[in-house]
Amino acid sequence: MSTLTVERLTVGYGDGAPVLDGLDLEIADGGIVALLGANGAGKTTLLRALTGLVPARSGRVLLGGADLTGLPTEDRVRRGLALVPEGRGVVAELTVDENLLLGGLWRHRAAARRAAVEEMYDLFEPLARRRGAHGHSLSGGERQMLALARALVARPDVLLLDEPSLGLAPLVVAQLLGVLRETARRTGLTVLLAEQNVTGALSVADRGVVLSLGEAVADRPAAELAAEPALRHAYLGF
Amino acid sequence: MDRLVFLLSSGLARGAVLALFALSLVIVWRAARVVNFAQAAMAIAAVYVAFAITAASGSYWLGLIGGLATGALLGAAVEAGLMRRVPHTTPLPGMIVAIGLVMILQSGLSIAFGPQHRTMRPPFSERPFDLGGVPVLSPYELFVLVVAALVMGGLALLFNRTSLGLQLRASAFAPETSRLLGVRVPRMVTVGWMLSVATAALAALLLVPTELGLNPFAADLLFVNAFAVAVIGGLDSPAGALAAGIGVGILSSLVTGYVSASAAPLAVLAVLTAVLLLRPGGLVAAGKARSA
Amino acid sequence: MRTVLRAALLAALAIGATFALDPFRNFQLATAAGVFAAVAGLTVLVGLTGQLSLGHAVLMAAGGYGYAAASTAAAEAAPESAALVLTAGLAGAAAVSGALGLLLGLAAARLRGPYLAGLTLALVIALPSAANVLPLGGAQGLPAPFLPVPDALSRLIAVEQWHAWLAIGVAAVAVTPLAVLRSGRAGLRMRAVLGDETAARLSGVDPARTKTGAFVASAVPAGLGGAILAITTQQVAPGGYGLAFSLLLVVAAVVGGLGSLGGAALGSVLVVALPWLVDTLVDAVPSDLGQRLDGNFAVLLFGAVIIAVTVARPGGLAALGPRLRIRSRGRAAAPVSPTPDNATPSANTER
Repeated sequence: MSTLTVERLTVGYGDGAPVLDGLDLEIADGGIVALLGANGAGKTTLLRALTGLVPARSGRVLLGGADLTGLPTEDRVRRGLALVPEGRGVVAELTVDENLLLGGLWRHRAAARRAAVEEMYDLFEPLARRRGAHGHSLSGGERQMLALARALVARPDVLLLDEPSLGLAPLVVAQLLGVLRETARRTGLTVLLAEQNVTGALSVADRGVVLSLGEAVADRPAAELAAEPALRHAYLGF
Repeated sequence: MDRLVFLLSSGLARGAVLALFALSLVIVWRAARVVNFAQAAMAIAAVYVAFAITAASGSYWLGLIGGLATGALLGAAVEAGLMRRVPHTTPLPGMIVAIGLVMILQSGLSIAFGPQHRTMRPPFSERPFDLGGVPVLSPYELFVLVVAALVMGGLALLFNRTSLGLQLRASAFAPETSRLLGVRVPRMVTVGWMLSVATAALAALLLVPTELGLNPFAADLLFVNAFAVAVIGGLDSPAGALAAGIGVGILSSLVTGYVSASAAPLAVLAVLTAVLLLRPGGLVAAGKARSA
Repeated sequence: MRTVLRAALLAALAIGATFALDPFRNFQLATAAGVFAAVAGLTVLVGLTGQLSLGHAVLMAAGGYGYAAASTAAAEAAPESAALVLTAGLAGAAAVSGALGLLLGLAAARLRGPYLAGLTLALVIALPSAANVLPLGGAQGLPAPFLPVPDALSRLIAVEQWHAWLAIGVAAVAVTPLAVLRSGRAGLRMRAVLGDETAARLSGVDPARTKTGAFVASAVPAGLGGAILAITTQQVAPGGYGLAFSLLLVVAAVVGGLGSLGGAALGSVLVVALPWLVDTLVDAVPSDLGQRLDGNFAVLLFGAVIIAVTVARPGGLAALGPRLRIRSRGRAAAPVSPTPDNATPSANTER
């Protein structure tokens, strides 16, 4: 239904060599896919190109068979794609409640929106206690929680997560990943999880894709990837 | 004492108009991160339309509505037709284009309508009420205060209590994040311009009957004073614009009354300079200011 | 040294050209020279440090007042020596405009973009008030002494031509230091501050001092430009230095290409000649419409031109030359791409 397909995608900045060069990738419907790779492998660029924040030089992006390539970011989002960017992107001047409402604006009418936000408060207990707090007063973990909850309010088909564990305490990371896996299982949401924290990512993922220098060099079940020392050495550096 | 009360009350009305115009600058600054130097010229163009409608229909109120609508349309046209095409890496190109727009609008209006001042009749008397022998606030000044209060209250509700307002605020603060949440940011920028220029047109409409009359340059001084007000209040802060507007209005009324009319612009300049040097982000700067 | 030689050569050429012009054209040339000095200061300020001043007309006026006051005093002390009157006047112009420029520069060092533009705008609007409140002669302004043609030349040239010579000389003296400054270390510091203030600070450039210095360096030529106008008109009055004139200076700088001195010269000639040309043409249009077009049509054109230049061709007239050369050299060759679009992943305005 909502398979995300990337066809010969080439992306670069300025006149420089492309960061992604003719990338082909297919993320099947449902389940969590870990997007792995060293620094500079092109993980963030891929996620930004999928959402249209970085223009592609060539190639196509399809969601459930529909071509997203020419659409601006906000329309891709309205087709069911969501990105939680690295560094969290919480709107610091808005309250927790306003951030969540903003996330659901295009999807729900007023009453349903309220219900969807309340659902997130149930899912992320700590946020419920800080509804009226402004974004800038939240801790790192609370911000990541808010960014994730805000993306989920809109009930996306495919959720793109960029380095959610960056700079967070291990316990918080475990909690977040747990909620993510639970939600994916319950709703059939597809998650593409870009991570440098390979063990954490593979522990919740069904599949793993390894990017290296702009190309997908491996695409296997997560357990297999975790058990393959040669691959880990070659591309993931441990 | 009587004189003080009179000056304070007329300063209040003057300050309300200033605050309204300053608020329009704050709105467009927050929506698009530009100081619209063409705001006065655009507002006056809308007032000319209001003037023509009032002259044709005989109704001040039809003219008022027409002027506001023209302001909104003009704001949308300038944003979508012009400002969107200007490179935004530095504020300089936007300012230069706005200056070009001022020149086009003012000379265009002069060519179309001639340079003479046209008298605009206020809808209410300008003779002050007499409170126990002390002259305070004319009916027209009261009208100005009420309208300004209503509009500011309405805008506050719009921005803080509606989902359109939520999207406007989010787009202003975090455009990229907002797009990732499905907010149509370019449309929000256009809406911001529409609200801003309509508000500026209203302020100019309220001002013109109290001045010499309508001509293409009638709002220049209002713009400069309102800019000073917006800066003093902090360009990002509607509440700051309101407070500084009232303050500067009363100050210039007092200086005009006790010193001379020509000293008033100097007093405003002095306050502006002092605030800029002591607190470059304005008095109500929220934490560290975003870079321009 | 080469810059100075080039300036001397250009000035000599311009002085030679005055022989080909009638008195009115010479008067226009002198006016253009005064405007050129101010626009040169403005274009270096805007082009190299990115600070937009809408108040250069006030700096010109300051120079004009400084010239009028100092030269009148000198003329009373030593009525015989025209050279002394001129020198004293120019020193006064440079001192007053430099002092005002220093004050503005101190403000500019702390302000960015729209704030500085707004402050300078407020200054322009406040000028008539200042002329009334301060001892500057109100709306009438101050008179400046008349500089007659020296006896040795009086058979040869008319007074307008003599004033054009003076104007060209003063403009050369005003602008040449700017050219030297721009190509030297100071110019490099200004560009560093424009590019990235933090990076500039990390490389040992003090942005505040650089900006203040740039403002003073820009204010003094503007003041000398005001002195030129005071020489040719024998007076300085606030009415001549209003917002419209200040915006014309911006137009000249933008049309010529921000940062370019050659462009400033072309732009200055344009803003002096075009309104006159348009008004002459418009006089042919009879009746009421002609009267309305008078003075306004040129402003309309200028407004359209600076918008077009900013949106389509930010290099202005100065960039036209090289561009044409590149075109003619090789059409088949790949077109030189104008500055690549800012493709960095979002100019991070989000906190």
